[in-house]
Amino acid sequence: MQRTKTPWEVERKLLLKAEEKTDVKYGCKPEDRPIKDYVRLGIINLDKTAGPSSHEITAWAKSILNLTHAGHGGTLEASI
Amino acid sequence: MTGVLPIALGDATKVIQALLLSGKEYICVMRLHHTTLENKVKTVLDEFQGKIYQRPPLRASVKRRLRTRTIYYLDFLEMKQKNVLFKVGCESGTYIRKLCFDVGEALGCGAHMQELRRTRAGSFTETEGFVTLYDLLYYSDKWRATSDEENLRTIIHPMEKALELLPKIYVRDSAVAAVCHGAHLTAPGILSLETEIKKKDGVVIFTQKGEAVAFARALASSEQIFGMDHGFVAETVRVLMDRDVYPKMWSKSGSI
Repeated sequence: MQRTKTPWEVERKLLLKAEEKTDVKYGCKPEDRPIKDYVRLGIINLDKTAGPSSHEITAWAKSILNLTHAGHGGTLEASI
Repeated sequence: MTGVLPIALGDATKVIQALLLSGKEYICVMRLHHTTLENKVKTVLDEFQGKIYQRPPLRASVKRRLRTRTIYYLDFLEMKQKNVLFKVGCESGTYIRKLCFDVGEALGCGAHMQELRRTRAGSFTETEGFVTLYDLLYYSDKWRATSDEENLRTIIHPMEKALELLPKIYVRDSAVAAVCHGAHLTAPGILSLETEIKKKDGVVIFTQKGEAVAFARALASSEQIFGMDHGFVAETVRVLMDRDVYPKMWSKSGSI
């Protein structure tokens, strides 16, 4: 069978419909968020080690940062 | 198993659904149960590219019914005696343990998954800001002790990073609060949008500052939306932004 285009190989272009300036009074670029918001709306790209389960690792990350909730994207089995 | 495990913090947990449905890439050691010719292994691995049928393994957290999954590519890398190293790009929900077993059945010799490492989950790979729990602990303690936040910022990504592969629609400041309150997106609110959107596709609504506002379902294709001057273009599915970031700009008919 042939290779299929992966979701990360899809190329998208931007279609400009209208132009308008954004008001600096409201919101900010994601990377400029105050640190508390930056963490609360953040995501860690973690290198999982063998042994602990994805759920345990998520719970540790949560307690390290003193958060009320955290979740992981796609379970990786614990061992091997 | 090891490798890429994105962890969403606090209110960013809302973006996880995008990652759960995104494509994955793994590097895997499969152990054959009998010595087999390299060419035969290559041929069989090739046959597993494309749409495959897969029944989730015994120990699985989903219902064990036959389902189809797309294997985008399955690249043979090297083979030493009974160990076969390969790289696989696949749809979310593909069990690699099961794939190894099924390849073994197709070969006739039997096989099992020996080692597995995830090298990609959606837009996250092993290269950009890839950290361990020790890094997180170290920089988090440093932040608390010295209020040095710069290092913590380098190891945490904004949740928008998880949405990179989804098609985006950028809207006016005046449309943001309405969407945050659950309104569907209408054509006049749009400033720009990406190509390759088909009707019913999942899209993400963004502000001009690059902040994610909400997950939405497109009601028309990119080309159609581009040509529209009124009417609904996307149904808001899940709001990601806090409601009070942008001011309410819509007019209330009937009241006051």
